[in-house]
Amino acid sequence: MKIVVAVKQVPDTNAEKTFDPQTKRLNRSAIENVLNPFDEYAIEEALRCKETLGGDTTVTILTMAPQRGVDVVRKALGMGADNAAMISDDAIGGSDTMATAYLLALALKHIGFDLVLCGTQSTDATNGIVPAAIAEHLRVPALTYAKKLEIKASAVEIQREVETGYARVGSQLPAVVSVTKGINEPRYPTLKGIMGAKKKEITMLTLADIGADLARIGEAGAKTQVESFTPVGARARGEVFVASDPKEGARKILDFLIAKKAI
Amino acid sequence: MAMTQVPQSLNFELSDDLKLLKSSLREFVEKELWPIAEQVEETDEIPRGAIDKMREMGLFGLPFSEEYGGAGIGELGYCVALEELGRASAAFTNLLGAHCSIGAMAMHIDGSKELKDRFMPALCAGDKLACFALSEPGAGSDAANISTSARRDGDAYSLNGVKHFITSGDVADYASVFAVTDPKLGARGGITAFWVDLNTPGVTRGPKDRKMGLFGSHTCELIFQDAKVPAENIIGKVGFGFLTAMKTLDMGRLSLGAGCVGSAAFMLEKSIAYAKERVQFGKPIAAKQAVQFMLADMATEIYAGRNMVYHGAWKADSGERFSMEAAMVKRYCSDMAIHVVDRALQIHGGSGFMKETGIERAYRDARILAIYEGTNEIQRMIIAEELLK
Ligand SMILES: Cc1cc2nc3c(=O)[nH]c(=O)nc-3n(C[C@H](O)[C@H](O)[C@H](O)COP(=O)(O)OP(=O)(O)OC[C@H]3O[C@@H](n4cnc5c(N)ncnc54)[C@H](O)[C@@H]3O)c2cc1C
Repeated sequence: MKIVVAVKQVPDTNAEKTFDPQTKRLNRSAIENVLNPFDEYAIEEALRCKETLGGDTTVTILTMAPQRGVDVVRKALGMGADNAAMISDDAIGGSDTMATAYLLALALKHIGFDLVLCGTQSTDATNGIVPAAIAEHLRVPALTYAKKLEIKASAVEIQREVETGYARVGSQLPAVVSVTKGINEPRYPTLKGIMGAKKKEITMLTLADIGADLARIGEAGAKTQVESFTPVGARARGEVFVASDPKEGARKILDFLIAKKAI
Repeated sequence: MAMTQVPQSLNFELSDDLKLLKSSLREFVEKELWPIAEQVEETDEIPRGAIDKMREMGLFGLPFSEEYGGAGIGELGYCVALEELGRASAAFTNLLGAHCSIGAMAMHIDGSKELKDRFMPALCAGDKLACFALSEPGAGSDAANISTSARRDGDAYSLNGVKHFITSGDVADYASVFAVTDPKLGARGGITAFWVDLNTPGVTRGPKDRKMGLFGSHTCELIFQDAKVPAENIIGKVGFGFLTAMKTLDMGRLSLGAGCVGSAAFMLEKSIAYAKERVQFGKPIAAKQAVQFMLADMATEIYAGRNMVYHGAWKADSGERFSMEAAMVKRYCSDMAIHVVDRALQIHGGSGFMKETGIERAYRDARILAIYEGTNEIQRMIIAEELLK
């Protein structure tokens, strides 16, 4: 079975972010990039599937990024993925979510897959659209928000996280599954994994390799446009309640929660 | 103006895999080790679970070759790793240091292939733990003057004597033990290194020493009373043990320096954050030049130390002699770490003296750095000897 994990490099979540007022794009070069934390769960799940399935199951990492995105690929390989493919092309800059999904789907068709795993969203844009959009392009089922995943013969079954609990959803493979944070505890790249990673193959794909239609990508192909951006204002100071005894304190908190319609 | 030509022979950029190793260990320390540092201090014990995680990471095989299951990252890689681990707490670096830097290192440097094939894989995997037993009550700095004896007895040697202050002596499975095989020859031909299974009859572990710091890492005596060690467990050749000890300590000194750099860098980061946040006289204390100068000096010393470590490691990896550099690294970086943590405590004021900040722990833990693996006076003797020979 061939499992492909689609991953993204994102600006370090803790770093302060700035936008280029001209292009209205995030200044990515100024910030250290890391592997999208949500994707670590997808990689971990893929590795666990490989461990349980055994045999000739392989885990491939797929990413679309500028050259320096190779760092996040190395991390994924260090965790234990077998190989990687990377779409890198200057013409990709400015692509929106739809174009991203289009290109990833083309690359997936190019490299082949039985199961595609994704994180639910990326920490930079937080759209959470890509997994379903990829599936749509590939005309395969999308199973999203999996908090548990099981592969049975040529089918996949997940527990889909919903507000009140979970729903059991299943489909035949091939399929695209996005996994939530609760699904597992991602491993660290081990030292041996890191040293072994440099021997693993990273295939570089161009837009021509995957047969991309240039009109559908980049700034020109974008269906959405950033009109403006405003920084989030500093959070207002919290309210402090002073109480003379625990009972009074509890009462004040209760009143507050009721007033906010929290309970 | 930008230089037009960059000389290619001097490159300070770490390789991609070492960068990944560094960031991966930074995350590991932040998420797994630092949060339990206070618990380790209070209980004087590293929890089993943390040791298991360190094992999974491959930390017990850090400096060893891939052939035996090690990480194969060379001395530079090992130093980069220890720099990151130095940010956690001395308990972790001491456990790894006694095992990798000196205990198993003695065998890795001079042991026969058979010996390494037999023992290294389990040591690299962290399934077995090693320690290094050179010091004795009567022979500390004057290590050539040890009196633990090894007498030939058929196919084996019979060991008698006492080693003390042995890091991990209470928990290790094996020790590199240095003993006198020919009292007439002394350090030049009279000392031999043995790989000793510490569960051999005739080996007793003394009670844990009560120390100033390094809680979570223990030292104790190892007492040998007619302990039989098979002759095939000799590390290297009979009579060459003192050389093995010195070569091992050369390696250990570089990585010890790396740990100093990491802990000092962490103290600087904490001090910067605190200085920006702590307000006195209506302004953050970072606005005061007196505090700024402390930070500036700390950063400068760390910068010097880090470059010394990396250069020494580069020399070791290039196969050049580096004894003098190793002694310089050990001397400077340990004094630097002690000085930096002292300044960090000063910047933190009374809070630094309190348990919660972790600064007072680092302060106590740093002091040993100028003493073990050869006191800083002994390092100066090594440096001077090289200069004057
Ligand atoms: C926590 C801890 C862990 C340790 N772990 C280990 C271990 O794992 N394995 C091991 O083998 N040992 C270990 N040691 C022992 C350590 O290496 C020795 O303590 C150290 O080498 C110094 O020896 P000493 O304590 O006997 O001091 P001494 O040699 O008695 O020195 C006392 C003072 O005299 C100075 N001095 C001595 N000789 C000279 C000289 N010729 N010129 C100038 N000054 C001199 C010293 O620098 C020092 O200031 C450990 C010690 C401690 C405290």
